[in-house]
Amino acid sequence: MPEADDNMITFTLDGEEITVPEGTTLLEAARMIGKEIPVICYHDATTANGLCRVCVVDVNGGRLLQPACIAECQHDSIVETRNERVERNRRTILEMLNSAVDLSQGEAIQEMMMDYGVDESRFPDAKRREHDIHDDNPFYVRDYNQCVLCWRCVQVCAEDAQYTFALTLGERGYDTHVATAFDIGMMDSPCVFCGQCIGVCPTGALKPKTEWGLEQGMSPDEIRQMTRIPRRRKENTE
Amino acid sequence: MQTMITLDEILNDYIGRKRDALLPVLWDVQTAFGHIDAEAVHQISHTLRVPEADIYGVISFYTLFHDEPTGETIIRVCTDPSCGLAGADDMLNGLCSRLGIHHGETTVDGQFTIEHSACLGLCEHAPAALISWRGIGEQSIAPVSDTDVLLNGTDNAQYESIIGGDAPVLLAGVDTYAAQRLKNYGDYVALRKAINDSSPENVIAEVEESGLIGRGGAAFPTGMKWRFTRQATGQPHYVVCNADESEPGTFKDRVLMEARPHLLLEGIALCGYAIGAETGYLFIRGEYPEAMQRMQAAIDEALEVGLLGDNIMGSDFSFHIEIRRGAGAYICGEETALFEAIEGKRGFPRIKPPYPTTHGLFGKPTTINNVETLCAVPGIITNGAAWFKAFGTEKSTGPKLVSVSGHVNRPGVYEISPGITLRELLNDYCEGVTGELQAVLMGGAAGTFLTPDEIDVRLTFEDLRKAGSTFGSGAIVVFNTETDLRDVLVRLGRFFRHESCGKCFPCQLGTQRQVEILERLDAPLPDDRSRLEDIGWTMTESSLCGLGQTAASAVLSAIEKWPELFEKG
Ligand SMILES: Cc1cc2nc3c(=O)[nH]c(=O)nc-3n(C[C@H](O)[C@H](O)[C@H](O)COP(=O)(O)O)c2cc1C
Ligand code: SF4
Ligand code: SF4
Ligand code: SF4
Ligand code: FES
Ligand code: FES
Repeated sequence: MPEADDNMITFTLDGEEITVPEGTTLLEAARMIGKEIPVICYHDATTANGLCRVCVVDVNGGRLLQPACIAECQHDSIVETRNERVERNRRTILEMLNSAVDLSQGEAIQEMMMDYGVDESRFPDAKRREHDIHDDNPFYVRDYNQCVLCWRCVQVCAEDAQYTFALTLGERGYDTHVATAFDIGMMDSPCVFCGQCIGVCPTGALKPKTEWGLEQGMSPDEIRQMTRIPRRRKENTE
Repeated sequence: MQTMITLDEILNDYIGRKRDALLPVLWDVQTAFGHIDAEAVHQISHTLRVPEADIYGVISFYTLFHDEPTGETIIRVCTDPSCGLAGADDMLNGLCSRLGIHHGETTVDGQFTIEHSACLGLCEHAPAALISWRGIGEQSIAPVSDTDVLLNGTDNAQYESIIGGDAPVLLAGVDTYAAQRLKNYGDYVALRKAINDSSPENVIAEVEESGLIGRGGAAFPTGMKWRFTRQATGQPHYVVCNADESEPGTFKDRVLMEARPHLLLEGIALCGYAIGAETGYLFIRGEYPEAMQRMQAAIDEALEVGLLGDNIMGSDFSFHIEIRRGAGAYICGEETALFEAIEGKRGFPRIKPPYPTTHGLFGKPTTINNVETLCAVPGIITNGAAWFKAFGTEKSTGPKLVSVSGHVNRPGVYEISPGITLRELLNDYCEGVTGELQAVLMGGAAGTFLTPDEIDVRLTFEDLRKAGSTFGSGAIVVFNTETDLRDVLVRLGRFFRHESCGKCFPCQLGTQRQVEILERLDAPLPDDRSRLEDIGWTMTESSLCGLGQTAASAVLSAIEKWPELFEKG
């Protein structure tokens, strides 16, 4: 038994007693001992907001499950990362997500769906979240039919990296979507085309134009045409 | 009278202010012009130094803000359960067909926009409506007698407060139409006693001793919350009064604010004194224009005579109260979402911990309490904890307000000694159920159903918990046997779909999938019940905040009590 130490936490993770520094999240602790907990919204480079909840785990059989990506390890707790309750929650979240969004290009999510036995037709007649494809600039295409609302793009565009604030979230609830101010095109927004948002998107929602063009079966010439950078617009006409 | 004001004139008042002035400035622009357009957002962005995209995100989050032109007059008719029972759908449809539009649309002449609305907190006068007059502001109308009053307005929209119960304390001496003025309320006796004869620690000790439990729904001990805040390092400390009251079926806080504004102000000031704060915010939902006006008038009265402001009663205690107006979002009643709203953001709940007592408004130690909770404090300080404990039971001390609506002969706000039974409340105080009782929804949309053989439950926190039920926000909605409970469930489902903030997946997706199934309960698919259970338990166990955690509570309790509702036929 490790000594009780002010700055160390000892607890049981899937039957294994482990000791970690205070402030360690359950996700980090699980990774230390080589255990996988599924994540969708979590990313090492962005602030964890605990949005997707597929990482939930059972702590002491409590009424609420805990999101492993943000919940910190607690002394003497008993944590189960995968039991019946956890599976039901993860599977249902994935089934609901799958009934709303095109997940076909989210590789990790596809694997998760297999792992949790997702029934792809669990919610017949479900209203999907449908959006027009935004093809409004030479650099990248936004296809929010594939957006899971992990917020990563909004975050890297703002305080997590870029401080450009081109993006926000519009509306709320099921209708929530990533947006620019008044849905203006990217060329009219403050976007500097740094590409950071594309890099963190877990699905095919944000895609470099070249990749998108190839997928659409365009020829290299057509792609070149499409990605030609127009002369810089005049800044601030006021 | 309609006043003409320009955008520049509005923005002049905001020069030098920061993001937390965003909701106030958006309200000013919205009221003046009926919507907030791209040019206004551009200018606001310059004045407050907030990115345009963020401002757009905020506008599109709140129901009462519009980024596109609307009619000169916006009429919102409540279609939540209590109003639904009182014929709200007919009223709304009648209005739409008279104007030749659907709800959500504007007449071609630009005169009227019609929308349906979530509960307006006027359930005892159902059906209720809220009207926005461009250039003037909002007005509540209840009950709505016919479509004429909606189109023409009325000079006297003053509904009467209907009150009763066995323990008139918070509601003592209420004039049913007007706010109690300072000359009738008298001195802030409790505040004077605290400042002159008592230390902040003693005030906290007295509140702890009283056993007062928060009335906002989470049932947290008030004294303990105050102690945690007082002890927290970090300055300044803030008091926030939660007057967002948007839980369907709940209207007690509106009645308190409209009838006894000084009682609330004194309670907020006492909290400020106890926790060491100099600023209090009173966050009132945007749908309560009357309460807002009356509270502002009371603040002005109190400032005038030095009961609020600098060096209150000649002491070194200074305390100011600022009203902030919500803009249509039930989620902003959740304490951390409310902080976000005051800070000028979308009303997204924060992850807890950390808790408000250490990291609250502007990241500072904050006590946030419900209106009724704060209204209970002056009595405790003036009369002592023992007096307060004489009402109710050992664990549910003090008088408690409940809002009763639906099928009772006298819907209204009742102040009870916890311990009387639900049956006594309905029969002895509310003058009985109209028709034959079928079900009672306890705690509002986020609550649970009770059946007729369960109404002998004593109304205390502990007895209700034992019965698998809850006081919640104090809402009690009564349904007789004529009511189609499936229709009630659909209304509840629509409410949650509309009010989910969309931050976390289980609730953002689950509230939509849930209502889709509820809407087809008259001809359900095989396995719809198990779908509802999976959605319901997933929202309950995995959601980020209390909204999602209770968004299936009524449905799950209905499945347990009336499984036949979820089968074919
Ligand atoms: C979705 C949601 C809505 C809420 N709405 C309100 C409200 O309108 N008024 C209120 O006082 N508390 C509301 N609460 C509870 C608050 O988060 C908080 O617990 C309360 O204001 C604390 O005050 P109390 O300790 O005096 O009860 C709500 C909670 C949730 C999750
Ligand atoms: S590419 Fe544009 S939208 Fe994406 S992060 Fe960079 S600035 Fe923001
Ligand atoms: S576009 Fe991609 S990164 Fe942005 S929220 Fe959607 S899924 Fe996440
Ligand atoms: S539970 Fe619902 S309201 Fe609460 S954070 Fe999640 S989506 Fe928003
Ligand atoms: S990964 Fe933990 S909530 Fe998304
Ligand atoms: S005002 Fe309509 S249900 Fe409350």
